[in-house]
This record gives sequence, C-alpha cells and structure tokens, in this order.
Amino acid sequence: MSGHDHHDHGHHHGHDHDHSELSETELRVRALESILVEKGYVDPAALDELIQTYETKVGPRNGARVIAKAWSDPAYYDRLLKDATPAIAELGYEGRQGEHIVAVVNTPDTHNMVVCTLCSCYPWSVLGLPPVWYKAAPYRSKAVRDPRGVLDDFGVSLPKETRIKVWDSTAEIRYLVVPMRPKGTKGWSEEKLADLVTRDSMIGTGVARMPAEVA
Amino acid sequence: MDGAHDMGGHQGFGKVEPEVNEPIFHGEWERRMLAMTLAMAKPGQWNIDMSRYARENRSPRDYLNRTYYEVWLGGLEALMEERGLVSREELDSGQALLPRKNVPVLKPDEVDAMLRRGGPTERPTDAPARFKVGDRVRARVMAPTTHTRLPRYVRGHVGTIELLHGAHVFPDSNAMGRGEAPQWLYTVRFDGSELWGEDGDPDASVSVDAWDSYLEPVS
Repeated sequence: MSGHDHHDHGHHHGHDHDHSELSETELRVRALESILVEKGYVDPAALDELIQTYETKVGPRNGARVIAKAWSDPAYYDRLLKDATPAIAELGYEGRQGEHIVAVVNTPDTHNMVVCTLCSCYPWSVLGLPPVWYKAAPYRSKAVRDPRGVLDDFGVSLPKETRIKVWDSTAEIRYLVVPMRPKGTKGWSEEKLADLVTRDSMIGTGVARMPAEVA
Repeated sequence: MDGAHDMGGHQGFGKVEPEVNEPIFHGEWERRMLAMTLAMAKPGQWNIDMSRYARENRSPRDYLNRTYYEVWLGGLEALMEERGLVSREELDSGQALLPRKNVPVLKPDEVDAMLRRGGPTERPTDAPARFKVGDRVRARVMAPTTHTRLPRYVRGHVGTIELLHGAHVFPDSNAMGRGEAPQWLYTVRFDGSELWGEDGDPDASVSVDAWDSYLEPVS
C-alpha cells in the first residue's frame, strides 16, 4: 500500500510510523494464525476460501446489478422497496451482513446517505467489504452532523433544496441506496446500466456515473 | 459503554479522504485477519454483539490509534483469551503452549453455506409494537458501562418513528451473555436541528435503528 489512508493514525506507541511498526502488527497476526492452526481451531484452507469469496465473488458489482434491475423493471423496483432482502436474494445475493436489507431511494427532493457511527456495519452481500474511509473516524463522526460537508469531501454537490437523509446503521438492518438513474440511458441493457452504478452511489457519498463517463 | 467507538458528531477528525482505486485489502495480514475473525465464529464461543463489545471495550487512545483491522485483532485476541482458547503467553510467544479446547472447526466446504446463512436477528414475537409510524418518541438518557447500540448523539432527543422491523435480538443483553431477549426494533428519524440546534443542517435528518427499551413516548 502507499499513502496515508491505511496506517495514518500513527500507532499505539506514540512515535512516528515506520516499517518496523507495520511489521509488528503483521507479526502479531502471523503469530495468531500459527497458534490457531497449531491448536486446530482454524483450517487454513477455509481461511483461503473466505478470502477468495470477498476478493472475487462478493463486491459492489452485486449491488450494481440490483440497482440496474430496479431501474429497468418496475415490478422488481416495487418488490425491492417493499421488502429488499428477498428481492435481492432473487439475484442470488444473501447472507452475512445482508440479512435484513432496506432499500432507500434517491429523488430530486431527497438524497440518502448511509453510515455506521458505532462500528463498520455495511451491506456486505451487495457491496462487499467496506472501504477504509467508511470505517474511519472522519466519516463516522461527520456524516450525521454535516452530511453536506461529507458530500463536499467527495466532490459531490447537490441542489440546495435537496434534503439529506442519513441512515445510521445501529442495528442489523443494512441500508442500500438506490441512486437516481442518469438521463440519456433509455433502452440500455441492465448489464450496461450496472456500469453506471458505483459503490459510493449505493452508500450515498456519490451519484451514478453519467453515460459519457463510461462511453 | 461510552467509548471512543461512539463517534457520531465528534469534530476535529478532518476531511473524509477516500483512497483512489482502493484495494480490498492493504496487505496479506488484513486478509488473514478478516478470515480468522469469520472462521472463529464457527466454534460458537461468542456472538456478534460480544465481538462488537470486545472491539470497542478499550481505552479511547488505543481505539483511535488503531486501524480497523487492528481493532479486530485486539477484539479477537481478547475474546479467545477470555474463553480460554488461547493464553496471553501463547499470543506473545506465537507458540501453542496449552492443550486445545474441543470446539467445532470451520471446514472449507462449509464456508459458502455459513456466509449464505449469515446471522439473521429477527425473532418471532406475539407482543404488539408499542409505537407506530409517525409516533413521537424520545431516546432515553442513559449511560450504561456495558454494550449498547444507542449512540450518545441521539440520547435525550425527540424523533419520529419511521419504520418498524419486527422483534430483533437485543444487543445490550446478548453482548453480556444474558440471552437474546428480543425487542421490537424501530427506525427513528431525528431532524438535524433537533440534534445539533442552530449549528445543524435544517434540511438534513438522521435516522437510527432503536430497540423498544431505548425509547419513551412523547405526548
């Protein structure tokens, strides 16, 4: 990795971050794994399977397919808004950190934004694992107090009259934002529409891409 | 507990800085950390609320100085130590010194089913909901020293019931090993100016999910 995003909080020893400190955490994790394997508490092949799942199968493309279908199929849109969990399961996405999903719809009047101020709750089944910023203090502290300021940080500006609804995921309900469908996409296939749906547009810190951005 | 994890509304953390083209993991140790955390759910020695409590139950200095996967590392070590699955000496030496406890182990061919099943928290109930959509409620003033999911920034404030979710496992009880004790769960919407006064955004609202006992009626 490079830059500041990951290990930017210094460390618990109070001196500046350097490589030996990075490896201290790495060594600790390595030690933990070797103990767990030696004691037979984990099967390394199961760990590999878990990692592979979140690196290759479960990610924001899942959510993008849900949104594209909702944009294309009015009956599906209705099912998604009425009870999102089974509607999303129709596409094969279900389970861990997506057990109880509510879909919230962006309109010209209302923009939705999702946060977890207490930890890192996030709809894994449709968006995959959360990015670092979602789990870090700046977003968790600011989203509920100054959501328009958060949108500024993301370079998103909304019309002044658009109300912002923030959803703080304090229970096991997971919120999925349905972004507004961009203009100029009439007749597009679901697969093509899905290319417009970014992860951030489904968290509410972004909006869907314009057609020209994917042309 | 009123720990550093309860971040809503705090100031001074600076801008949100998304990483361009962020990878799913920043290094192999994060991969292993995620996988070990998920795999160690299989032995059934703790529940998700106990996990959250183990992560947040540390000094604010410690919590804020760790990255998120480092918080997970601390939480997993603490849970396993408390349950006698590993000892501090083992964690420090990196060697197994004590006999293993006889607990189930996640097999590779069980991973898919485990993730697909997840951990639904809704429970059947015959009890009627105390509130309906549109009711005005106040989030109770409380300051428990143990796990809770009612953030400080809404306590004492008045909001409106927005959604009903049925009865769900109550984390405050479940985290302490006192049973699931399901309660009705609601989404409650608070206006920005109710939460932050004149400094709030009057055109913004914040909705939190709140269990029945977090709330009291407002006439």
